[in-house]
Amino acid sequence: MAHAHESNTKRIWVVFGILSFITIVEVYLGIIKPEALHLHGPGTSWLNWIFIILTLAKAYGIAWVFMHLEGEKKWFRRSIVWTAVFLVTYLVTLLLIEGGYLFDTLAPLVNW
Amino acid sequence: MEANIAVPTDKKETWGGGNARPFGASYGKMMMWFFILSDALTFSGFLAAYGLTRFKFIDSWPIADEVFTHVPFVHGDFPMIYVAIMTFILIFSSVTMVLAVDAGHQMKKNKVAWYMFATIIGGIIFVGSQAWEWGTFIKGSYGAVKTTEGKVLQFVKDGKQIALADFVVGPRTDVREQHTRKNGLWFQSEGTIATYSVDQVVNAYKANPAIQVRTELIDLEKKQKTILSREEGAAQLAKTKMVVEGANLKVNEYGNTIFADFFFFITGFHGFHVLSGIIINIIIFFNVILGTYEKRGHYEMVEKVGLYWHFVDLVWVFVFTFFYLV
Repeated sequence: MAHAHESNTKRIWVVFGILSFITIVEVYLGIIKPEALHLHGPGTSWLNWIFIILTLAKAYGIAWVFMHLEGEKKWFRRSIVWTAVFLVTYLVTLLLIEGGYLFDTLAPLVNW
Repeated sequence: MEANIAVPTDKKETWGGGNARPFGASYGKMMMWFFILSDALTFSGFLAAYGLTRFKFIDSWPIADEVFTHVPFVHGDFPMIYVAIMTFILIFSSVTMVLAVDAGHQMKKNKVAWYMFATIIGGIIFVGSQAWEWGTFIKGSYGAVKTTEGKVLQFVKDGKQIALADFVVGPRTDVREQHTRKNGLWFQSEGTIATYSVDQVVNAYKANPAIQVRTELIDLEKKQKTILSREEGAAQLAKTKMVVEGANLKVNEYGNTIFADFFFFITGFHGFHVLSGIIINIIIFFNVILGTYEKRGHYEMVEKVGLYWHFVDLVWVFVFTFFYLV
């Protein structure tokens, strides 16, 4: 509550502008799907990496500014963010590896 | 209130009175954050399960921008546009929410009330849009057939998908009628039957050489669905079991049924969060108008409900990416 009485209105609108801009870029790329980005890339396509990174950037903007994590005590912030990041990374890594394995095992059995 | 609480001098009961609050946050705010953390993990579980299933069917998963192409009141093909508009609405309502919190810090009651009101309106528009999106998805756009092997076959003309109604002529020919409750011996009705019979669709395909069959299989070189030759298409169509129009928990004209299941489950669970957020916002809105927080001396309650509202926005950002974009 360090910033209890000062107004952050201008900053809020700037962040809104950034979030909107990122969304527009995402949708634009999602519609035109440039071939160089859509069909190539490490692991998944470059386009998917761009979407994921932009999403994390948006999440950062919402959590830090709108949810005011930047103003909380450092270890309060970390108790929330680190917990989520660690558990989500762990779960997603395991499940995606497992999903890939299921595909490798089952796909040859499907007769197209 | 303060007068009734004994203020401990040894600061043992840090949440009971004194100024040394853990992490410098109030009890309510901290618990809201830890609830949000656990809810975020729930949503991660859903999205990770979606990821697993998608990887499992990576060569036949529906392509999202071929599924979500509709905009209300406008006719035509606009992939992603409406979902993007919905995202804007939700981000904007997040902005009005944070402005309400900001006005609360300055103890401006009227401003808080108006910004809360705008937030509620934004939320209602979003939930309405989601309901519309569900309706469109359930109704379907083109229609398809399903084979005995459980594969969905769609129809294309000049490389573009076309609706059954565009090449199947006339009403249903096999005299099959909707069975209603009043006609049955056991007073049981049946689900809506398809507009066309299987034979009708197959014959229409045979009669029109411009029509081709598209399978769910994705050509990984081009990231597009495979279009079969006329002969291959006829061979696949010979295995047709049923005509599919729209999507539900059992069949899905866009492809894998489990895609529809995840769509209903994930956007439904998120929509439920938005709905509960709106209800909580309305309660807080009336408290603001009644002057509850003015009397209390601070607007922390607006801040706490704001956290929940931003979280709902945050989740949508991820759902938008992983369901619609990636």
